[in-house]
Amino acid sequence: MNIHEYQAKEILRREGVPIPPGDVATTPQEAENIAKQYGGTVVVKAQVHAGGRGKAGGVKLAKSPSEAREFASKILGMQIKGLTVQKVLVTPAADIASEAYVGIILDRASKKPVFMVSPAGGIDIEEVAATTPEKILKLPIDTRYGLQPFQATRLGFFLFDDIKKVRQAAKIMQQLYAGFMKAGCSLAEINPLVATPAGDVVALDAKMVIDDNELDRHPDIAALRDESAEAPSEVQARNANLTFIKLDGDVGCVVNGAGLAMATMDLVKYYGGEPANFLDIGGSSNPEKVVNALKIITADPNVKAILFNIFGGITRTDDVANGIVTATKQNPLKVPIVIRLTGTNEEIAMKILQENGFSASSDMDEAVKKAVALAKEAA
Amino acid sequence: MSIFIDDNTTLIVQGITGRDGSFHAKQMIEYGTKVVAGVTPGKGGQRFENTVPIFNTVADAVAATNANTSVIYVPPMYAADAILEAVDAGVKLVVAITEGVPVLDMTRVYPFVKERGARLIGPNCPGLITPGQCKVGIIPGRICTPGSVGVVSRSGTLTYEVVYQLTRAGLGQSTCVGIGGDPINGTNFIDCLAAFEADPQTKAVAMMGEIGGTDEQAAAAFIKQNMKKPVVGFIAGQTAPPGRRMGHAGAIISGSSGTAAEKIQAFQDAGMGVAKRPMDFVELLKARL
Repeated sequence: MNIHEYQAKEILRREGVPIPPGDVATTPQEAENIAKQYGGTVVVKAQVHAGGRGKAGGVKLAKSPSEAREFASKILGMQIKGLTVQKVLVTPAADIASEAYVGIILDRASKKPVFMVSPAGGIDIEEVAATTPEKILKLPIDTRYGLQPFQATRLGFFLFDDIKKVRQAAKIMQQLYAGFMKAGCSLAEINPLVATPAGDVVALDAKMVIDDNELDRHPDIAALRDESAEAPSEVQARNANLTFIKLDGDVGCVVNGAGLAMATMDLVKYYGGEPANFLDIGGSSNPEKVVNALKIITADPNVKAILFNIFGGITRTDDVANGIVTATKQNPLKVPIVIRLTGTNEEIAMKILQENGFSASSDMDEAVKKAVALAKEAA
Repeated sequence: MSIFIDDNTTLIVQGITGRDGSFHAKQMIEYGTKVVAGVTPGKGGQRFENTVPIFNTVADAVAATNANTSVIYVPPMYAADAILEAVDAGVKLVVAITEGVPVLDMTRVYPFVKERGARLIGPNCPGLITPGQCKVGIIPGRICTPGSVGVVSRSGTLTYEVVYQLTRAGLGQSTCVGIGGDPINGTNFIDCLAAFEADPQTKAVAMMGEIGGTDEQAAAAFIKQNMKKPVVGFIAGQTAPPGRRMGHAGAIISGSSGTAAEKIQAFQDAGMGVAKRPMDFVELLKARL
């Protein structure tokens, strides 16, 4: 789960990370009021779950409250990587002597959280990694012991020479690590971590990605979810316990299991079609899930054909068949449906479907070809 | 022969009285797996289905039965503790079926398992099956048949799909292993490939990877250097958009890393057979056996 910059900053402030104050505005007037309150130059920053906000024009320096208002009116409602900006953060501008990058990422290869720090901050760290990898220090942390003071100091010395700044940075490393662990993050970043001309080390931006698997034990973090920043169909799917990702194609896919769901999308593409979504109904047998899945898929006006691909292991195919029958009685389909099912209780499922006027096949390849052809006819 | 499990496997089911644990314990017993004990704290002394003894702790279960393997069906927030408990009790093979285990929990579990010399398979996996001998987990037994193809996969139902097609085409399996869809898992592709290479029954390997991480690339390099047996690979997620978690916690393209294209390229560079569709495994394996 992504959270916004202002939310990540709040978590890090609680750990003691020095961060300039800031307030969130949803209207230009609010932005102006906040700027007035702080006085001086402020930064107006789009709060949206996308990188490259600065390049997209979503971060602006405002010299006066009226300028803050003007920028806020431009940024609010702006599209950044397909997402609409609904909120801006207004924060006093800081004096910057140098910029560094500090991040912790849950690394698959070392199977540990890995600190990544670089004195070349303020820019895209992937770019630094590609062009000047020697400017990045990576340090894996054994979570059974946590970040040790000597490690934090070593990270600090990679960023600064002055011992006072090193000590401040080392403390921030500890605080960032604490926030990362407490919130159940898979990524936590401060970019930039700046040194001011006065010699203070301060975090000017923060990003956190939370491991979805942690949300059950962190209800306070789960409550930070901003549903307005997501596609409505994905919110609806999550509330129905379905894993759904909207795509741009016209073949709606309903599959059990993530691997098979991906393979089904790939096969749609292989036969010249475009999948409209990724949708995994999961392992359990529940006709209600099928009903919800069909509701979400049929709400997408791009969908020209629906493809079911079910391999019954734990999933009982008769439950899926009953779900299809129930759902289409409630809301008759306007687009053709192709059903492939095989495995547990296949004979019963086929009988249920036939009695209700559906045909089904047990062959995945054949079903995908047919769904692609039907979508093309309708397009 | 086979890898990891066989006739000598003696199994503990952790969470045997739960909804999933009880259902699959029955299925494993029906398949012929030697389920020697169950563990549910507070239900020690009772029996599952009037036969399998239930214990309060894994240590008690091991002391009484000398079981060598454990399978875990406990809820996600308790799964890490259940793995640690099994390993601490001296169980050598631990199979964690549970989906949704926090990844940070696994950063503590993984080094402990390694230090104790145990093997963990999963979490978030369908388990494994040696057809005709033993199944540990949730892979449907009736789609498998004994034979010489080793199967290893990050996915559940996609594996069933491929195994079912192999079985129908007369290509039996030595062992099928689902290593799971999480970013940190106990056993990776290379562990399984090395075991298949050393297993006399296995003549060829079918490998199903997916987007996210670099485990498949590492496996391809291993195959090129260390394997004489033919391997056919498939990658799911060619149409997946970057930055989105495709159901499995580990199935995510980060930046430009972990794409299907780079994995397929690695397979080709290693001289492997590349299945473009799940149904291509049959022909590609037949040509290599």
